[in-house]
Amino acid sequence: MSLYRQQSSNIAKTWLLFGFFLSFLIALGWAVSYIYNDPGIMYLAIVLALAMNVLSYWFSDKLVLGMAGAKPANRKEYFDLYTTVENLSITAGLPMPKVYVIEDPAPNAFATGRNEKHAVVAVTTGLLKMLEKTELEGVIAHELAHIGNKDMLVSTIAVVMAGFASLLADFFLRASFFGGRDDDSRGNAIFAVVGFVLIMLAPVAAMMIQLAISRRREFLADATGALLTRYPEGLASALRKIGSYNAPVARASNATAHLYISNPFGAKALQGMHKLFMTHPPIEERIKALSSIKV
Amino acid sequence: MIALYIILGILGILALLLIFGYNSLVRLVNQAKEAWADIDVQLKRRYDLIPNLVETVKGYATHESATLEQVTQARVQAMQAGTVADKAHSEDMLTGALKSLFAVSEAYPDLKANQNFLELQRELADTENKIQAARRFYNTTVRDLNTSIESFPSNFIAGMFKFGQREFFELEEGEVAARQPVSVKF
Repeated sequence: MSLYRQQSSNIAKTWLLFGFFLSFLIALGWAVSYIYNDPGIMYLAIVLALAMNVLSYWFSDKLVLGMAGAKPANRKEYFDLYTTVENLSITAGLPMPKVYVIEDPAPNAFATGRNEKHAVVAVTTGLLKMLEKTELEGVIAHELAHIGNKDMLVSTIAVVMAGFASLLADFFLRASFFGGRDDDSRGNAIFAVVGFVLIMLAPVAAMMIQLAISRRREFLADATGALLTRYPEGLASALRKIGSYNAPVARASNATAHLYISNPFGAKALQGMHKLFMTHPPIEERIKALSSIKV
Repeated sequence: MIALYIILGILGILALLLIFGYNSLVRLVNQAKEAWADIDVQLKRRYDLIPNLVETVKGYATHESATLEQVTQARVQAMQAGTVADKAHSEDMLTGALKSLFAVSEAYPDLKANQNFLELQRELADTENKIQAARRFYNTTVRDLNTSIESFPSNFIAGMFKFGQREFFELEEGEVAARQPVSVKF
């Protein structure tokens, strides 16, 4: 498959997932307002979920860096890293993002920031030690691809939707314990049961869709990154090296996991866990996809 | 009456298509122009570094005046080049001249130990990479523009308002060399 085709099929799949997500949420909202006859709760849930996630999205460049304990990289000390980021942003037509280095022996990297102008690329010192120049280029191109594809926005929307689904479910479960239904006709009872089951499953389903979007965006960033360097083998070989390193990143948390280039909890963390609950696709699958790219 | 509304509706849609198509072509042209200016920024950076390099090498490599002259000549020629093809050609010459300059400097251990020389070499290698990057971005914008000019229905709008295709900034050695990551040996 050519690079451009792989990219557009990735984009199409992401939007398909979003479409699913949206119609799922609409069904859910309908169920809640039908069974529990008060839309007020729903509005409150929407406002809360939106406010929380939009705020964290808006300040993501500052928030995440504080969490991960990063320091800015200057051109003199980290010449190769700095110029690689600079040159690849020229190729991508992006403004130069801020570059940070995280003191950590585990090789990893992430990009964040609410838009291109507030973008941040951070890499660990372990990554710099371990990778060759072409591999580093592959990783940086992947991160810049995340910035260019607006993945921070996409994942924020996904998280907002998922959060909204679980909040709705939560409110409904509470409300149903304290009663509040006026009519008990047979037809309504069936609807109520269906709605109840839907709402019980909602948070899990929402999370699964959110993670599916996250994995899809990883594939997309891999493909876009390969388009930037015209050398998919660089990223593939970097992923192989990162994948063979087992210890997790010291300061990763669940909140930042989806940002990293590979699962920050280490390859071992995936074992026994189902594929549906991963923020990143398995490294072997990514390498396979990369090696199928013809540039 | 209904027929009139339908005709008006169709005309309205056509007008909208024309406006959007025209604006998107203008955007693409400006993007390509900006990308071209970005290449110039990097080329200028290289022109500025070369006299320093020539001066530094002169102090050590006294027998290489021919190579130095070649670099200086290539620089002047590249600065005067006008069209895209001219520029691509003369920049290739300059890159070649610089390569042979660095090759002959291998024979002068004192020069190779000079801090200033090393710094210049590093900066030039980086500038070379930046020129490649800017060139690649320019070619991307040109590809987008040319695709839009060729494809339906924007090809009509492009023809109507005389939007011309732009030239790619291509290397003589061909794309193959550029795809390989640039490696600089010291």
